[in-house]
Amino acid sequence: MKEVKCECGHVNPHGTILCEACGKPTNGENSKKLLDMRYEGSARRSQTYNKTVIDHIWNFFSSVKVGIWLIVLTLIASAFGTIYPQEAYIPINADPSTYYEEQYGTLGALYYQLGFHNLYSSWWYLLLIASIGISLVICSLDRVIPLHRALKKQLVTRHESFLQRQRFFSVTENPLESDINKVEERLKKRGYRVKKEEGNLLGEKGRFSRWGPYVNHIGLIIFLIGAMLRVVPGMYIDKTMWLREGETKAIPGTNGEYFLENNQFIYEEYGKDSDEVFQKTIDRVGAVAKNYQTDVTLYKGQEGKIAGEDQKLVKQKDFPIKVNEPLKFDGYAVYQVDYRLNELSEMKLSLDDKQSGESFGTISIDLHNPKDTYELKQGYRVEILSYFPDFYFNEEGNPDTKTKTPSNPAFVFKMFTPDRQEGETSFVAIRQNVEPLGENKYKMTFAGIDTKNVTGLTVHKDSTLWILGLGGLIFMIGVIQGMYWNHRRIWVRHTAQGLFMASHTNKNWFGLKRELEKVIEGTAIVMPEDQQEKKKGGDKA
Amino acid sequence: MKKKKRRLLVRTIILSILFSAVGYTMYAQFFAEKEKVVVGEKAPDFVLEDLNGEKHKLSDYEGKGVFLNFWGTWCKPCAKEMPVMQNQYEQFKDKGVEILAVNADETELAVNRFSKSYGLTFPVMIDDGGEVQTAYDIGPLPTTILIDSKGEIVDIFEGGLDEQKIKEYMDNIKP
Repeated sequence: MKEVKCECGHVNPHGTILCEACGKPTNGENSKKLLDMRYEGSARRSQTYNKTVIDHIWNFFSSVKVGIWLIVLTLIASAFGTIYPQEAYIPINADPSTYYEEQYGTLGALYYQLGFHNLYSSWWYLLLIASIGISLVICSLDRVIPLHRALKKQLVTRHESFLQRQRFFSVTENPLESDINKVEERLKKRGYRVKKEEGNLLGEKGRFSRWGPYVNHIGLIIFLIGAMLRVVPGMYIDKTMWLREGETKAIPGTNGEYFLENNQFIYEEYGKDSDEVFQKTIDRVGAVAKNYQTDVTLYKGQEGKIAGEDQKLVKQKDFPIKVNEPLKFDGYAVYQVDYRLNELSEMKLSLDDKQSGESFGTISIDLHNPKDTYELKQGYRVEILSYFPDFYFNEEGNPDTKTKTPSNPAFVFKMFTPDRQEGETSFVAIRQNVEPLGENKYKMTFAGIDTKNVTGLTVHKDSTLWILGLGGLIFMIGVIQGMYWNHRRIWVRHTAQGLFMASHTNKNWFGLKRELEKVIEGTAIVMPEDQQEKKKGGDKA
Repeated sequence: MKKKKRRLLVRTIILSILFSAVGYTMYAQFFAEKEKVVVGEKAPDFVLEDLNGEKHKLSDYEGKGVFLNFWGTWCKPCAKEMPVMQNQYEQFKDKGVEILAVNADETELAVNRFSKSYGLTFPVMIDDGGEVQTAYDIGPLPTTILIDSKGEIVDIFEGGLDEQKIKEYMDNIKP
């Protein structure tokens, strides 16, 4: 673990390939091969220290090879997730343990067994993503710091062998001082920062382009942090709620802090005969929806109350929620996403004499809150013995309810009249009227229904969005920084063999060549030759 | 040597920050979600009115075991365990175990009729608006939460219970 002292006097950290200051290859090798200029030949620390467990972990994640493998693995895994639909996208009522086999056969069963139906939130997938994040941080740190050091410490007068082994290189014998001044002038004009030392030149521009990839990585890391924050409670909420007209409910995800009342749900279609748009489509498909809208009132509840406790709701505002026009408050957004039209809410029945057809009054039953007894005029009254909101006959043949939603209501009534003081029993369902305890004199006649619309809303909150946005922005800045600028350096040095001119760029060698041509135009300086092209015989220019 | 020590320290710090971030994410993703109501923790407090108009606050029952049952009239296993619960209630109510039966937001009429037809004498209450169910993160019905005299959750059971199991639970939460 010795530090390496170069003949120029600069002390380089162990593992350095090219002296940080003068650029002389540290291994003293005297070959004619072109230099590998990656990371300026600086010492990538990870590659050199390997003592403790921490070092081993560090070096594992510092390897670009490992990073690439992680990315490849993630890509392959992600591809697997798209073979069959993910669990979130199979029909709501389907049981995933049987659905995949039924739909896709043995492969489907295997897909389910291996957990690919929930791939993107599986622990191993998240670990892969996390490893990429770690690799990104450590790879960047391990490279950007030595690179920064090397670029900061570079000397104007580079070692001869460093210059000779650059891709663009030329020797001019008997150079003119005026030519060198000309070159200096031109470099300055072209935006180069020129440093001079004993008549030698270093022109450099676009160094900040070298930081592009690292800025890009910072953006990615911020993006990953944003994605990670989604699992922090309260940062990300995506819940649905169904709300009947007239109903007030706590908004899910707000911890009972906010309440929403549905005043009205509106569904509109484009007119059939009016001269509106979509006439052809309407003729073809029957109807085209124009508007889905829920008129709501937002309330705020009391803080810190316990569940079930009565409370006073404080009205915040009225708002019409439309598609793409969500109700926004306190970081939450409530979107219109679904609806059910004409759900039964009230049923009207009249108490009639079966023979004469005379009516003794009508009762209207609120299907969400029916009363025990309904009083009618002069000694007539109706009691509800049983209520089945979603009526069916169970295995024992008795009336029963499937759910608590009044989609098929049925009742057992007891009708009390002046001449039937003990009451008559009647079972009433939609289009059914049964007299279970023998012939009745009276009956309950269906007299109409009232319906209400139900709106389906999504409650959304994403406090990580700005972090994702910021990450994306920094990512783009990094890309632009690295893409549209090049780091170009031109060295000019007097030596015993003549004037050395060498040049390096991190990309766009053709552009550099054109620039060199312009810089030495009209001087006696020999145009640097592309040594790589010359060696390969120009086949890979 | 100093330099190397510092490097090791820096690496250790960076790695531990990264790993704890990842660790927290994994924890929050896979374990914390179901942490709302958990065995060994204190049961969330609530207050509901029973069918006779009497208010019941869970925290008032500290010192007693509470057999907290969530149910619906349409749910078959709920109906099936009701008579058994009634039976055990009669045997355990003097031993300091209370049953609170919370209905899943149905109509008063339906719950009333149901309670009468089964002759239930323990407090039956309607969770109007489903707030208590949300607080307890109730999924399928019936779900029974066993709360001991300290107000801590002893067990959570999803599905119907038979008499044997109910008796065991009652014995378990008896103060």
